[in-house]
Amino acid sequence: MIRKKVDNVQEALEGIQSGMTLMLGGFGLCGIPENAISELVRLGVEDLTCISNNAGVDDFGLGLLLQKHQVKKMISSYVGENDEFERQMLSGELDVELTPQGTLAEKCRAAQAGFPAFFTPAGYGTEVAEGKEIREFNGKMYVLEEAFAADFSFVKAWKGDEAGNLIFKGTARNFNPCMCGAAKITVAEVEELVPAGQLDPNEIHIPGIFVQRIFQGTNYEKRIEQRTVRERL
Amino acid sequence: MLDKNGIAKRIAKEVKDGYYVNLGIGIPTLVANFVRDDISVEFQSENGVLGMGPFPFAGEEDADIINAGKQTITTLPGASFFDSATSFGMIRGKHVDLTILGAMEVAENGDIANWKIPGKMVKGMGGAMDLVASAENIIVAMMHTNRAGASKLLKQCSLPLTGVGCVKKVVTNLAVLEVTGEGFELVERAPGVSVAQIEEVTEGTLVINGEIPEMEL
Repeated sequence: MIRKKVDNVQEALEGIQSGMTLMLGGFGLCGIPENAISELVRLGVEDLTCISNNAGVDDFGLGLLLQKHQVKKMISSYVGENDEFERQMLSGELDVELTPQGTLAEKCRAAQAGFPAFFTPAGYGTEVAEGKEIREFNGKMYVLEEAFAADFSFVKAWKGDEAGNLIFKGTARNFNPCMCGAAKITVAEVEELVPAGQLDPNEIHIPGIFVQRIFQGTNYEKRIEQRTVRERL
Repeated sequence: MLDKNGIAKRIAKEVKDGYYVNLGIGIPTLVANFVRDDISVEFQSENGVLGMGPFPFAGEEDADIINAGKQTITTLPGASFFDSATSFGMIRGKHVDLTILGAMEVAENGDIANWKIPGKMVKGMGGAMDLVASAENIIVAMMHTNRAGASKLLKQCSLPLTGVGCVKKVVTNLAVLEVTGEGFELVERAPGVSVAQIEEVTEGTLVINGEIPEMEL
């Protein structure tokens, strides 16, 4: 067994520097690496390029990094629900690259799987395809999109073991598995960290080979963005 | 004339037994309420779930189980969760049978614009570009005109495009229209709406062949 366990979030983020490109898992506030984000805020690293489907809300998730002006550029598919984001974007402080959601996921997976680029039909004929190579396959037009290159990837899983194997829960899975092994260093935080041998190898979603550091997360808030319920009849 | 629920009810008739369906935010979400209960259908949400069920009862919300609108949801027997790349693999790989989404504008050649208004805050395209570029069966659910009363069915989109030549069918508060090589072919009228009324608010080429039946809801 190759041990990936580190003792805490401080150790997990060792080597992080201003100017780096980071991947952060999550969809909205679901499945975001809460502990890593808090530590990034505490460390005060700046000029970050963040690859994340969304940008959090004003007072939670990536919104916390935006409030401290630590982000130079966001690469996302949807960035609503965040006033500070909007302010920084309109004032030109923040550079934003909007990418179709499926393309965003695939640019992560391509980096994970060693593909430099891939063709996708998404965005063909739109401003997203401007300046990119276009090719026709079987009568349909496709856009060449390149894999991401990132320094750190921060993911959140439900359970993990000391070997870095991960299991996700519900739709908190989202971009997290795609980002594992897609950066130079992948840091996984989990709600429950167990000794190797306690997770069934048949049930593993992401093998530990894609993870360099894993730690037991603490104080998960798991905020709900849109609480919707139905009446009991 | 139909209200939003009426549009959703009409679109629900397009949902067939055995379909996997992706519903966009807004009117499309309402379609789930009107699908016949004697057929088997699974709803996909692109954030990573197939087999979406209704909203949870109060107290049973789970922060880890949401839809693409970030709303808390439940799952039905047979449901599954998966990552975002797999989710868009389902969409791109044409495994999803029907995509229903909203639009700001649709052009008579099937172009669609629904993500960006120049001069306004751009929130992003989310999964819309992937959905429209990949799905073969796309139905647009929208009002026939915008808030200013201008037609949303145009010769050419004026807003930045989400996808080109991809819309096959449009269901509005006034009509069901199919996008053919010649323009918007009027297929059905909403209850109480005349062909003339539809002509008046359709800027794109409207193709009318014979008697146009009223929708059955």
